[in-house]
Amino acid sequence: MRVVIVGAGEVGSNIASSLADAHDVVVVDVDADRVEELNYSLDVLAIQGDGASIETLEEAGVGDADLLIASTDHDETNLATCGTSKVLGEAFTIARVKQVGFLRTWERTSSAFGVDFMVCSNLLTAEDIVQIIGLPAAVDVEWFANGLVQMAEFELGPDSPLVGQTVSEADQFEFLTFAAVLRNGDVELARGDSTLAAGERVVVIGPPERVHQFALTASPAAASDDTESVFVVGGGEIGYQTARLLQERGINPRLIEEDPERAREVAESLSKTLVLQFDATDTDALERENFDSADAVVAALESDQENLLVSLLAKRLGVKQTIAVVETGEYRDVFEAVGVDVAVNPRVVTAEEITRITREETTEKLTFIEDDRAEVIEVEVSPDSALAGVPIRESIPKLPAGVVVGAIARQRDLVSPRGDTVIEVGDHVVLFVDAAIAEEITAAI
Amino acid sequence: MKLRVDYKASLRLVGTVLKYLAVPLCFPLVVALYYGESVIPFVVTMAVTVLVGMGLERLAEDPDIGAREGFLMVAATWFAVTLVGAIPFLIEAHGVPFVMAALHPESTLGNPANALFETMSGFTTTGATVLGDISFESHSRSIMMWRQLTQWLGGMGIVVLAVAILPELSVGGAQLMDAEAPGPGIEKLTPRIAETARALWGAYLGLTVLEIVLLYGLHVTGNAPNMDVYNAIAHGLTTMPTGGFSPEARSIEAFSAAAQWVIVPFMVAAGTNFALFWHVLTGDPKRLVRDTEFKSYLGIIGVISAILAGVLFLGDGLASAAPAAGTFDQTYLETVQTAIVGNVEPSLRQSIFQVVSIVTTTGYASMDFNAWSAPTQYGLLFAMFIGGSAGSTGGAIKIVRWYVILKSLRRELFTTAHPEAIRPVRLAGRAVDERAIRGIYAFTLLYLVMFFVSTGLLHLDAARIGFELSVLESMSAVAATLGNVGPGFGVVGPMGSYLDFSNSSKLWMVLLMWMGRLEILPVFVLFTPEYWRR
Repeated sequence: MRVVIVGAGEVGSNIASSLADAHDVVVVDVDADRVEELNYSLDVLAIQGDGASIETLEEAGVGDADLLIASTDHDETNLATCGTSKVLGEAFTIARVKQVGFLRTWERTSSAFGVDFMVCSNLLTAEDIVQIIGLPAAVDVEWFANGLVQMAEFELGPDSPLVGQTVSEADQFEFLTFAAVLRNGDVELARGDSTLAAGERVVVIGPPERVHQFALTASPAAASDDTESVFVVGGGEIGYQTARLLQERGINPRLIEEDPERAREVAESLSKTLVLQFDATDTDALERENFDSADAVVAALESDQENLLVSLLAKRLGVKQTIAVVETGEYRDVFEAVGVDVAVNPRVVTAEEITRITREETTEKLTFIEDDRAEVIEVEVSPDSALAGVPIRESIPKLPAGVVVGAIARQRDLVSPRGDTVIEVGDHVVLFVDAAIAEEITAAI
Repeated sequence: MKLRVDYKASLRLVGTVLKYLAVPLCFPLVVALYYGESVIPFVVTMAVTVLVGMGLERLAEDPDIGAREGFLMVAATWFAVTLVGAIPFLIEAHGVPFVMAALHPESTLGNPANALFETMSGFTTTGATVLGDISFESHSRSIMMWRQLTQWLGGMGIVVLAVAILPELSVGGAQLMDAEAPGPGIEKLTPRIAETARALWGAYLGLTVLEIVLLYGLHVTGNAPNMDVYNAIAHGLTTMPTGGFSPEARSIEAFSAAAQWVIVPFMVAAGTNFALFWHVLTGDPKRLVRDTEFKSYLGIIGVISAILAGVLFLGDGLASAAPAAGTFDQTYLETVQTAIVGNVEPSLRQSIFQVVSIVTTTGYASMDFNAWSAPTQYGLLFAMFIGGSAGSTGGAIKIVRWYVILKSLRRELFTTAHPEAIRPVRLAGRAVDERAIRGIYAFTLLYLVMFFVSTGLLHLDAARIGFELSVLESMSAVAATLGNVGPGFGVVGPMGSYLDFSNSSKLWMVLLMWMGRLEILPVFVLFTPEYWRR
């Protein structure tokens, strides 16, 4: 497949590197230095130019391309790029936008702007945040198989009872699969005899109630059964969407926004959210609103620095769970290292969604673990799949090393993945896969 | 001391290339079988290269090639294939103990320095020779074919070929090709670097085959009596790489005018950027005529040829008398005088052939240009510095660099009058990055410094052993090896050889050819401590 990616920022380069192994990738960017660097660091053809201009797209060979991904930082440029590409050829177009408004317009007629699929980074980020709220100690949570299966990544604190146990001792929940252990940034498939230590992260896959039980076992101190008080700091697009989704979930959040006009706008459209208008670093005001007893705080301000400040402040005041939005991908580890529970990067979230679309035919859902060192994917098993009709213990050794079957959903039920379980055609299988072999695996399944 | 360079990763990849060198060695082996000659020189070399290659491959498991490792890998590959490539020549002269007696003990390539010189001259497509006697009496046909084949392998680039074939080189491939390919930077033609490499080699192979067919066609139709199958293949293998080796002692003079005319367009093609052929074949032929470098290239060849054709036609271009001792005598001079002076076709042909051969750094000769007058020879010496296009198989400084230098010098003059003016240097309408311009200046300066320093060294070394060498001779010897041209003037002229130089001078020229082919920096940087330090 020939793929043209316009915009080689964090999202674009991330997608380019995950597609370059299996596809012919052309990358377009306005920055000549970045183009030169890409030409040497990845096996892709990088071209310098304005992605919305027809000459550049012609040079990139959009006419013969199968897929065009517009992923610059400007919504309008992305829409114009998709529109221009429709003049040249039949490529399937994916546009990344920030403003939810564009998404709503596109949803009315799915051919608007010449975009075939639209990914709204702000909305995806808000969805990601809302999924994590309520599972303290979880760093990442994703839903699979229409909500039947949940994948969660937990960090083991020093007081966790699991520290010192081996994987087989910790893995006592039926239907719950221990997929991997993350040590110092390395992804290791879970082996029964490896011992868990504080600071390590574990990835588990299973039904939501089991995952919740596991959360209680993993860190009894932090876990609570119900989350009631959530603060969203920052009324920008991400903050607004987060509050809206929390409302839908039945949690009525408080939203802090400094700008009076924006605060009024948010208050008018979100009836169940308590909108507070003050500076989020004003500790007196925070104290008045019982900020310190919040179950979760979401820092969704414009700048990374402010988000870091707010989350650290919340942590110091004793907030159980702090989630910060971080725009610069490299800071994510730093944020989590200094005590922020979860740092969510809108760009990574967007890259995940776009990569999933590029594997549309087989992959129903996909999420990256540790900046795409591994992936959790959901596939519907087709008749020619390597998994279909054979017990797991026979099919897995035939695939490249680095795959764990996390969960199997058959119709509306879960089937426990054991060695003798036979996977049937039509089953939805949730797999944990080493990123290096992900493309190979999706092709085989 | 811990080294910053992961030399094991680089050597591992060198090992892979060496291992596959056994494949092209099959070709002279088949030639040997056909002519009933000994296959032992090639069988032994194949065994050595496979064993050494597999040994080096064990050094590292999963090589990670960065910029530094890339330089080392490319430079080391060229040196390693030269060492291996010299083995057949040495075996021919010395034999193999207990297995085979020497085939041609009189061969000058029995001296390891000579064998190294000849092989490096082959792979780097220089075409300078140290053979004492170019004939099938003193060398077997298969050995002579191996000498031709080294040039063909080196032409489009051994590493480029490796990138085209070996999947493990796909990620660092762009870096490696950049270190090897002539000209500033490479042009990716396709999303995958391996496909780009394959496209370049495809065009190269296609043109080579076309030339062989045409040359043999002339023979069949009776227009080139000496161009038999062996010669057609031998010259096909050394034209497209701008090599210049010929199994004929008199180079292309041994063939008919028709054969000489056929070779000219192929030399021109060899000096052209191969990416342009790819554009032509993929349906964008306008790229060829729009290309600034290609137009300048044809312009330069046209102007110099026209001038030299004029002086040859008038008779001022030839020497007035043959020297007492030299590569040609009075009889030869009189023969060429009657043939050329006052005759349009011969003066055009001799001028165009020599100019194209020198500008593209091929190094063929359709006559002994030692018989030209001194001013015309200086014209050719000047042409040795021009070189072919970037992305061609030619050597020397390259047209595109000269073009950028001249344009940026003009800008300097302009900004003297208008100090505030911002004037980017444009190449075919696109602004050239200032860093790239600085790189071009640095390369050209380094090239000229190497030229002057080496001329001095060769002159001193020749005086040490009492070998008489004129300044023009030593200058042309350096320009011809550093620029991968091949023949120079006087003793090192097209019908002469580099045999009389001392071993130390020859080894220095081996270094010059190596540097010249890889455009100095990838080799030079290996000799700087900063490269190796953490």
